[in-house]
Amino acid sequence: MAQLIKQGQLVTNDEWHLIEDDAIIADYGIISLKRWQENAAALLPLAQAGKIGLLLNSDETADLMGDECRHFVLIAIHFPKFSDGRGYSTARLLRERHGFKGELRSVGDVLIDQLFFMNRCGFSSFALRDDQDLNDALAAFNTFTVCYQNDVHDQRPLFRRR
Amino acid sequence: MYVYDEYDQQLLNERVAQFKGQMERYLAGKIADDEFLPLRLQNGIYVQRYAPMLRVAVPYGQMNSAQMRALARIAREYDKGYAHFSTRQNVQFNWPKLEQCPQILADLADVQMHAVQTSGNCIRNTTTDEYAGVIAEETVDPRPYCEIIRQWSTFHPEFAFLPRKFKIAVNAVPGADRAAIQVHDIGVNIIRNAQGQIGYRILVGGGLGRTPIIGEEIRSFLPEEDLLTYLDAIIRVYNQFGRRDNKYKARIKILVKALGVERMAELVEAEWERIKNGDSKLTAAELERVKKHFTDPAYKTLSDEPAGLTSARAENAAFARWLQRNVRAHKQAGYAIVTLTLKQKGTPPGDVTAEQMDQIAMLADKYSFGEIRSTHQQNLVLADVEQSELFALWQEAKALGLATPTLGLLTDMICCPGGDFCALANAKSIPVAEAIQLRFDDLDYLHDLGEIDLNISGCMNACGHHHVGNIGVLGVDKKGEEFYQISLGGNAGEDTSLGKILGPSFARDQMPDIIAKILDFYVAKRNEGETFLETYRRIGHDPFKEAIYGPAH
Repeated sequence: MAQLIKQGQLVTNDEWHLIEDDAIIADYGIISLKRWQENAAALLPLAQAGKIGLLLNSDETADLMGDECRHFVLIAIHFPKFSDGRGYSTARLLRERHGFKGELRSVGDVLIDQLFFMNRCGFSSFALRDDQDLNDALAAFNTFTVCYQNDVHDQRPLFRRR
Repeated sequence: MYVYDEYDQQLLNERVAQFKGQMERYLAGKIADDEFLPLRLQNGIYVQRYAPMLRVAVPYGQMNSAQMRALARIAREYDKGYAHFSTRQNVQFNWPKLEQCPQILADLADVQMHAVQTSGNCIRNTTTDEYAGVIAEETVDPRPYCEIIRQWSTFHPEFAFLPRKFKIAVNAVPGADRAAIQVHDIGVNIIRNAQGQIGYRILVGGGLGRTPIIGEEIRSFLPEEDLLTYLDAIIRVYNQFGRRDNKYKARIKILVKALGVERMAELVEAEWERIKNGDSKLTAAELERVKKHFTDPAYKTLSDEPAGLTSARAENAAFARWLQRNVRAHKQAGYAIVTLTLKQKGTPPGDVTAEQMDQIAMLADKYSFGEIRSTHQQNLVLADVEQSELFALWQEAKALGLATPTLGLLTDMICCPGGDFCALANAKSIPVAEAIQLRFDDLDYLHDLGEIDLNISGCMNACGHHHVGNIGVLGVDKKGEEFYQISLGGNAGEDTSLGKILGPSFARDQMPDIIAKILDFYVAKRNEGETFLETYRRIGHDPFKEAIYGPAH
């Protein structure tokens, strides 16, 4: 089991779970992009009711969802390996371009030393790989108090603030 | 040069603390080796053949004397008393202890230095012309733009895990290019358009390594304030679509080749359209703020060619030769640009001892406003020397072994650390460089040969830039034995070209003889005043091949 971090603390009563494409959809199930694309009309009410979430794999770019992402209350982005950095762009684009306001969750090979970057790119919950030390992880969000670039939380780069 | 304010310093101090914590977690067994790898790489630490290697950033080659002294101290306290300047204008320590690296980084932070992103699959140290800001020919001083790129690329949240490393170089001189921008992932050429506005010509997809490719133009003119948004757009496209299945096909050059530069440009422009008016667009205030760090030092009002210089030149042939080779015209009357060559016979190219580093700092304080630059050719530059002091400086530099008058000549080689240090190397490169230095030590002969770039890499990763050497040497492994393949006709300047392989490789002990044969052939064939490259380009590859291997059957 991954350890879920949300709003700076461990969450233990989270009901979201991944649903395989051939499994029956249950509440708080996270479905694949493929399943969404094949059945969007039928699934839309569930998404809008906050009953299902969406999973984007690392090779599924944000523009494949586009503004449709706004139908969901939760989108998970999968990191197959911590060194695969595509999910950072996906997250930023969902937030900054497509107006996604719901919960953006990193899942997969999520390690302590990615958390600071993930947070800046707009992830709001983090399914930390289960061998990671929770206290070290919580501390990682405070690694830097200064950043040069803009990010999802502050559209002004440092040069517009210094 | 750029001086940190409280933001820059705070950020760097936090980086030092972060890595200290990461190292502690690693040593406590809380981070696996393969997961610690990118963390240490992005702090400049490689694990080499015998020991870790720490690569310290010298942003676009600029240092002051206090920083040079700090580097000397590190060489003494944590290493074996020497350091190595690399082709990315950085400095490398070959023998630090892994667990001491956090303390070294803390020491560096005290003098506003770091090892941030000097390795790993991220945006690396931006490089530029070593003569930036002191030559009359440049369109504008490129250093403020490099510093702006440095800050933007430092801990960029979206681009810390790119498919592969990413290198940016900046040139601002029309008709010349000392930063080799055509063989970088992104080459930025600062230009002025017909209206006199500053902007950039952007090249993309160049690189050396296994698949050497010359970069192609993706935009002919980008306005000055759009630099960062455009870089964001290019790298965002690369981050999303660059290959991640094969590290040898993961550089942006492979993506550009696969898509074609026109399609790449479409993707980049489409992305850029959507972000170009965002807050990352540079402001006049920011450009002004950074440019203020690169104003001229307090030059005196002087005239060129003071009498003392003229007489010293006339009286001392060795001094005259050094002036001719290692000293360059300055934009300011009465000043000169001096290159201190790190190509002393018997020393690996780019290596300096701690003692030399302290003395270089002293020379910088005494003669050049306390500033030093490192060069892509693995030398050091004192950029602001009064012409009337050149003789005194030459005498001191000579005593330190830093005045070999061979800048741009055969023995001013670029050479990677090779199999003596590097775990990737197929062959040693330093002994080849040494053998060539020993064989060709007659200064008259070297000067007669004229300008010629000889670049040596110990493997196809091409850290020694062999593809763009007029003579390129590549170490190869042949059934466990070290051999060397020669290519001719490469060039890293404004008219960049990639060398062509001459033929079957040679054993190490044959190399000086083979180089001699190539040079003899050039001397026999050259027209009056023609450089090696010009002769090669005029007569072509095959005559050289025939001269070395005999007529084709």
